[in-house]
Amino acid sequence: MATLIDRAVVQEMAEQGAQLVEVLPAKEYAEDHLPGAVSHPLRQLDKEAGEIDRERPVIVYCWDAA
Amino acid sequence: MAPRAAARLESLGFDKVYQYEAGKLDWLAAGLPTEGTNSDCPRAGDASRKDVVVSGPKDRLGDVRARAQAAGWDVAVVVDADRVVLGLLRSKELEMDSNLTVEQATRPGPRTFRPYVSTKEMADYMVEHDLDSAPITTSDGKLVGVLFRAEAVRLAADRNACTRKLIANSVDD
Repeated sequence: MATLIDRAVVQEMAEQGAQLVEVLPAKEYAEDHLPGAVSHPLRQLDKEAGEIDRERPVIVYCWDAA
Repeated sequence: MAPRAAARLESLGFDKVYQYEAGKLDWLAAGLPTEGTNSDCPRAGDASRKDVVVSGPKDRLGDVRARAQAAGWDVAVVVDADRVVLGLLRSKELEMDSNLTVEQATRPGPRTFRPYVSTKEMADYMVEHDLDSAPITTSDGKLVGVLFRAEAVRLAADRNACTRKLIANSVDD
């Protein structure tokens, strides 16, 4: 199971090179996303997983905990 | 959605998967910068006045009124030691007996809003609910500033609004 992290840890890990992945629909990513995040909507994740670096930590997020 | 995405990545063999549990709303609520088409739309946090008069619950009301008058304010925000908003003193409360403590006079549990809401949404809400001013707070309740209706309306008329409505996720009342 993925490790749950808070904002402070997100900032720290992102500074250290972790990948930020927004899994919301692309339109919502286009409007607002965390600096440096890439868009891989949940429905396209299987198809696009090859674009994510397996060697670096991956931080996924959506709007909230849901 | 993020839990399912995290689980899917793990099932695909990713072994360094983390989930930012509180997500984008938490990031926006903290007033942190974002990228995207909405990143330059005016938001409540940016438009709010930061030089707000604050007081503690044990302060003497007369002292707070004097500070508010000197600063030209007709509202003061009651906060705790961590700047978490406890209440509001609008002009009606500020005019009460000088010897009361702030907590005796304060209007508890004011409606607060998150900093990421667009000024257009704020302007519409404040006009509809006849609010002259509104405290803007982070998701953990800390004061960011006070947004005045006149400023929200002015900015809403000048600039394009954010395209996504977020006030429903924002208001605490």
